[in-house]
Amino acid sequence: MSLAEEVELLRRIPMFANVEISKLKLLAFTSERVSFHAGDVLFQQNEMGSSAFIIVSGEADITVDTPGGPLVVAHVGRNDFIGEIAILCDVPRTASVVARTDMTTLCISKDLFFRMVTEFPQMAVEIMRVLAQRLENTTRQLQEAVSGAKPG
Amino acid sequence: MEKSIFRFVLRYSTRQQVVILLLTLSSFPFLYYSLELPKQIVNDAIGGQNFPKEFFGYQFEQVPYLVLLSLLFLTLVVVNGVFKFRINTLKGRLGERMLRRLRYELYARVIRFPLPRFRKVSQGEIIPMITAEVEPLGGFIGDSIALPVFQGGTLLVYLTFIFMQDPILGAAAVSLYPFQGWLIPRLQRKVNQLGKQRVRAMRQISDRIGESVSGMPEIHAHDTSAWHLADLSHRYGDVYDIRFEIFQRKFFIKFLNNFINQLTPFFFYLIGGYLVIKGSISFGSLVAVLAAYKDLAGPWKELLDYYQMKEDIRIKYEQVIEQFDLPELMPAALIAADADPGQRLTGAMVFSNVSFGEDTGPKILDNVSCTLPLDAHTAIVGGPGRDEFAMLVARLLMPTGGRIRVGDKDLSQLPEAVTGRRIAYVGQTSYMFTASLRDNLYYGLRHRPLKPSELDERAQAEWKRRAHESKEAGNTDFPLDADWIDYQAAGCDGPDTLRRRTMEVLAMVDLSDDVYGLGLNGTLNGENCGDVVKRILEARTALRAELAQPSMRSLVEVWNPERYNNNATVAENLLFGSPVGPVFAIDSMAENTYVLEVLEKVGMTGDFLDMGVQVARTMIELFADLPPGHQFFEQFSFISSEDLPDFQPIVAKADKDGLDSLKPEEKRRLMALPFKLIPARHRLGLMNPDLERRLLEARQVFARDLPDALRGCVEFFVEDAYNAASTIQDNILFGKVAYGQAQVGGKVGRLMAQVIDELGLRETIQEIGLDHYVGVAGSRLSRAQRQKVALARGILKNPDLLVINEATAGLDGASQSQIHNAILEERQGRGVVWVLHRPSIARRFDQTLVLRGGQLAEHGSYQDLDKPGTVMHELLAAE
Repeated sequence: MSLAEEVELLRRIPMFANVEISKLKLLAFTSERVSFHAGDVLFQQNEMGSSAFIIVSGEADITVDTPGGPLVVAHVGRNDFIGEIAILCDVPRTASVVARTDMTTLCISKDLFFRMVTEFPQMAVEIMRVLAQRLENTTRQLQEAVSGAKPG
Repeated sequence: MEKSIFRFVLRYSTRQQVVILLLTLSSFPFLYYSLELPKQIVNDAIGGQNFPKEFFGYQFEQVPYLVLLSLLFLTLVVVNGVFKFRINTLKGRLGERMLRRLRYELYARVIRFPLPRFRKVSQGEIIPMITAEVEPLGGFIGDSIALPVFQGGTLLVYLTFIFMQDPILGAAAVSLYPFQGWLIPRLQRKVNQLGKQRVRAMRQISDRIGESVSGMPEIHAHDTSAWHLADLSHRYGDVYDIRFEIFQRKFFIKFLNNFINQLTPFFFYLIGGYLVIKGSISFGSLVAVLAAYKDLAGPWKELLDYYQMKEDIRIKYEQVIEQFDLPELMPAALIAADADPGQRLTGAMVFSNVSFGEDTGPKILDNVSCTLPLDAHTAIVGGPGRDEFAMLVARLLMPTGGRIRVGDKDLSQLPEAVTGRRIAYVGQTSYMFTASLRDNLYYGLRHRPLKPSELDERAQAEWKRRAHESKEAGNTDFPLDADWIDYQAAGCDGPDTLRRRTMEVLAMVDLSDDVYGLGLNGTLNGENCGDVVKRILEARTALRAELAQPSMRSLVEVWNPERYNNNATVAENLLFGSPVGPVFAIDSMAENTYVLEVLEKVGMTGDFLDMGVQVARTMIELFADLPPGHQFFEQFSFISSEDLPDFQPIVAKADKDGLDSLKPEEKRRLMALPFKLIPARHRLGLMNPDLERRLLEARQVFARDLPDALRGCVEFFVEDAYNAASTIQDNILFGKVAYGQAQVGGKVGRLMAQVIDELGLRETIQEIGLDHYVGVAGSRLSRAQRQKVALARGILKNPDLLVINEATAGLDGASQSQIHNAILEERQGRGVVWVLHRPSIARRFDQTLVLRGGQLAEHGSYQDLDKPGTVMHELLAAE
């Protein structure tokens, strides 16, 4: 896959949808393409993260450790952006990600990600929008869960 | 040191000065005769009559007589030349030897400076004093005695002659000398003062420059370059003023001197003429006196020049010496004395009422009394004063009050040959010398030359000559190329045991892996490494077998002469080897006529141009918006930020008018770009099977047609041959680690380590790692690595007392505890004094000393001290 195709792929990710093509090209060029075999661990819960991944192809399970062993909480696949929380907030990984099939990803290092964000404010705004949306979703889900749990 | 340059000269060179003087004097008759002879030739031989003439009892006709005198003249010319040559050589040699002696003495004094002194003088001041400031002294010393004696003597002879002709005229000739003798030193005095100012100003400048060099990151970080430039400009301005003033005054003195010298003939003409007219003296005498007076000017001018130079040199000497002639220098004997190899420190080190403080400041340590057993471990906690305490123990500082004894000896009286060998000190920041890692590790074992290196007859003679010369200049004649390593002191019996011991110690300080890594990235440079080469090739084969497994296959793309390597640069693919030297370095490929020729032969010039344009276009698209100097340029761009604007018009022109419209220079710049391309990494989609095929063709042509002259500039990849231009790692891999594989570096590293361990190669590679050059002041090592090397250096010395002053504070926690364990284990039953950055570590020590306010607040075992109400308890609580 060449740079041009990677740029196409990045455009389909909501966070980058409104970012200029030339910036996406720069992001693609400066990030590293990394492939994983099925069963490989992209990253482990509670480790400090140094990079985020954009899935180019393949699927992965997101798991969290529970007293009863790892629990799969979500699936991610093509075009998903994962691992950004740890590099944005400097917290340990909140979950593990394990490749379910062979995967190809774009690996964006923390330095690179921050430099892109500071260099290109519109990218930062997009990221903010996506994160805010996620927060809004989570809040609504929580509200629904809370009101659903109320008797009557 | 001698307070004046003349005392220095007389003390060390009286004999040589006398020789030079005698030689100068004995040359005089010949010189005189050679001036006389031409007159004789003209008057007697050419214009003479009454032949034959008698010469030393022989009779000569006119022509033979002319021949004889001419030959005599020629001989005299040769004799004079030889005299001059010999005298100048002697002077030069004497000057150089004395200069060497002076510099050596100054450096030896720097070594004897007490350590606190280095807080007051900077290296920016010391270095020019020893190097530049004393330089003119060498030229002066050879002349210092002979010149004034010779010129003064000449002057006297002429004067005597004049006086003998006529006392009154003689008196007239010297009448102004007293005035000159009074005036000139007076004028010179001001010049001398200016000279002193100039030296001081220059020292401050070199100090400032030195400071800027050390503080360069701060200058850039705070945008203070303008301030520094202004500072220096201001100082240069001061120096300019001083120097200009000196010039003016010096030339004024010369002018005045010349004027006065011309004044005397004025009197001669007036008074002498009057006397001749009156008939008091003969006309002939006046002419003779005038002629003699004309000759006076020469020596007189020489003497004046000498005087000015002497004053200049005198001041330079004094100004340098006063910086080195300190009352508190360490006694020379403490440093020079050697010690018995078997001498050990035993018993305990006992502090009795020890105080330490700077000259005027408050006492940093006050009245400390304690016992440090040399067979147990002592922890020092608390503060302030702990740094000084540790340095006093290591005798890096001398107590200003009280006494430190070790066994039955006073520590301050022991020569450094004992303290420096039997005590090891590792501070918070340790200095690394600009040499290999091995040299830095063995640094603590190099006290004296122990085993002279084996020399053939010629080298032996050369060494003897140099040693003799060293002695003549009062320098040490220790041979530098001898084996200085004291194996015995390290508890080893030779290089092999020391090597094993080194590996043990590296493991103790958690440095083995680092050294292994350095070794992998190192190259072989010895001659006797045939065996190592063989084993590395074995490792290559073994790794190849491992990589053949399906799960490993994608990790490394192995070099194959028939295949294009997607994980290597285009340049590497073309060379199929490692460049040796700059000829085929990746940046100069496009400038290399042979490379261009090869590309032309396989018809790829156009392809390269094409790729170059595409790369340039992409780079412009990606990076043109970024501010110049952005990190991305260095990290990712093929084109630097300065060059990027140059490429924009080139690409535009190529797009508009085609590639042929480009100038050769522009073509060359474009063609340089594709060489850096790594298809698997850059994913620019520029390579295709056809290009790959033709590049392989180019690879073959390149190797086939390589001229003999260039054969040494590339080391080809050969399946079963070691590549001396590549690192050990590249030799074992014999390929490129693939891009885009998850954790590929770690996987390949583990695989390599496995192969290396199976073949027992690890130690060999660590050996190669020890050859790693650490850079200026160890700059090519990390801070943590430097500290670990310093610890290893201390332990390798096998000291009776190991003093560690917070040396592990900068390391990460895991390393710290591992190193603490290993060192305390290693030093079981032997002396350790450890200044701890965290008091809780004291638990593992036999005794703990707690300092507070420069005094010993508490001492005892950890259990005894860890009680409510103690200072130790407070410190532990604060941790």
